[in-house]
Amino acid sequence: MQDPLMIGGVTLTSRLFIGTGKYSRNTLIPEVITRSGSQVITVALRRVDPESSDNIVSHIPSHMTLLPNTSGARTAEEAVRIARLARSAGLGNWVKIEVINDQKYLLPDNMETIRATEVLAAEGFVVLPYMSPDLSAALRLKAAGAAAVMPLGAPIGSNRGLQTKELIRILISETDLPVIVDAGIGRPSEAAEAMEMGAAAVLLNTAIATASDPLLMAEAFRAAVSAGRKAYLAGLGPVEETAAASSPLTGFLA
Amino acid sequence: MSFYETMTRLEQLPYGTLWSRYTAEDVKRALRAEQVDEEGLMALLSPAAEPYLEEMAQKAHRLTRTHFGHVMQLFTPMYLADFCVNHCTYCSFSSIYDFPRKKLTLEQVAREAETIAATGLRHILILTGESRRDSPAGYVRDCVDVLRGYFSSVSIEVNPLSTAEYAELREAGVDGLTLYQEVYHQETYRTLHVKGPKRVYRNRLDAPERGCEAGFRSVNIGALLGMYEWRQEALATALHARYLQDKYPECEIGLSTPRFRPYLGEFNPASDVTDRALVQIILAYRLFLPRSGISLSTREPAALRDHLVQLGITKMSAGVSTEVGGHSLEGGTPQFEISDNRSVAEMAEMLRSQGLQPVFKDWDILSEPLGLSRQAGLA
Ligand code: SF4
Repeated sequence: MQDPLMIGGVTLTSRLFIGTGKYSRNTLIPEVITRSGSQVITVALRRVDPESSDNIVSHIPSHMTLLPNTSGARTAEEAVRIARLARSAGLGNWVKIEVINDQKYLLPDNMETIRATEVLAAEGFVVLPYMSPDLSAALRLKAAGAAAVMPLGAPIGSNRGLQTKELIRILISETDLPVIVDAGIGRPSEAAEAMEMGAAAVLLNTAIATASDPLLMAEAFRAAVSAGRKAYLAGLGPVEETAAASSPLTGFLA
Repeated sequence: MSFYETMTRLEQLPYGTLWSRYTAEDVKRALRAEQVDEEGLMALLSPAAEPYLEEMAQKAHRLTRTHFGHVMQLFTPMYLADFCVNHCTYCSFSSIYDFPRKKLTLEQVAREAETIAATGLRHILILTGESRRDSPAGYVRDCVDVLRGYFSSVSIEVNPLSTAEYAELREAGVDGLTLYQEVYHQETYRTLHVKGPKRVYRNRLDAPERGCEAGFRSVNIGALLGMYEWRQEALATALHARYLQDKYPECEIGLSTPRFRPYLGEFNPASDVTDRALVQIILAYRLFLPRSGISLSTREPAALRDHLVQLGITKMSAGVSTEVGGHSLEGGTPQFEISDNRSVAEMAEMLRSQGLQPVFKDWDILSEPLGLSRQAGLA
């Protein structure tokens, strides 16, 4: 079954994006990549130390698309600066905008995210903004040049699943950007559910990195994302908010 | 409104009977709570929680791994100067002691920085004694200029400054402020701080808030455990952290749990903070503030530090010297004795053996303005 996902001119066959932030050792990363089948991996630029012998990026195989993120940024200015640093450090031109002002719940600041997206998209970055699932913010992100939107399912690292399901559903049906569910997914069943709803992909880190057996968990997520996607394609279909009876009961009146 | 108002309220609590009021039920309720409140915090600090340390530890460990992962951030302090105008009864730098005082020249700062950076560390905490004459904010700023060439994050632990002075240091590239109240209990504070500007309790108490106002990315607070009844001091520290976190959501509020250590004089602490008590404090902090960083210094012995890394700690110092120029020059007078003398490489090895990844770099200083219009993207 050919079902590629196109983002920023790159064709992806895997719809599972993974992270690098919470592993007990960086040497686990290549194996997690293999077992998850993932092709996109996000890395916090703040953790990248080009001078270190254990540079996180050196553990990532070259076939992967790197998605440097701006974690730690609290303003659009900081996010823009981090993205530029990432590009000049040779990490490519994809960037996940993450602007967080709230250190208590770590919820994203959509307004600052929109500002940063506009600047970076104009500079030729492939911008994937992490956001609170809000329709008008998603539309503005699209207008600002985002290549996808990444709404949270629940606060980062909470493993609480798809708490924002209804709002994500609306984003999926009302925007034509790929919707990548980011943050909150703790179980493979939740990843499958996001994919069944029509999400283009899911991104997760904590659920794999903090599992007792991260490699087995990586496999579980690979299977779940693929199952959810197949279910979506098989006809659960885009979710309609209004009922549409398959065989109208009043058709005879026409 | 300042934390001083909360402090005033706290000092009126009936401590004579307060801690014995809490029961096992209260502790269990706090353990089940999604968000521990002030009552829950008190239950977790009370004697009733002592039989529940293991349950608290399990939960604290889980919360820490989910929020922070299997990583531990490492940093080291760098002493710039030991001139001090205060007399604190518990510190070797006190003005009453006669020893040759030192202050690093900028060349010496560079040499120290080079030696430390060679260990791989990218986060540094710079310290001075309290002397506006010998180590004024301007001197600290000049040192920061040098240090930025070697480190990706520079924090300060210096005498309390004004908001404007903090803002100036932030502009110069300082991103974190550490400032311990030492003792929250006001009366004890007065007796321990015999002479000098440090006697002004409120100036110190409100300084972390001034740091938040000035826009530091992180502000780290703590009580020097042992100087007064530990449950009361831990309660005040945790509520101070929550106060700052609620009021300045953009600032990362961190906690430290330093225990009193031997020094040049003969002061003996008032309250014995046993290892069990220290563990209870760390666990209560973690359950009350699930996302706050908690630092552990080399004041603690190596064997204990090795156990504490699983209980909520997220930052540790390593390769520590508490002497001015202690990394690259002839040694001076240590501020206090450390207990864990391991090098950065040895600390990293210990962490790895426990399934933790030592993180040397976790931020880049991003202080220069970008000239980005506030309106961009909102048109
Ligand atoms: S604790 Fe600080 S202020 Fe007090 S004597 Fe020591 S260096 Fe000076």
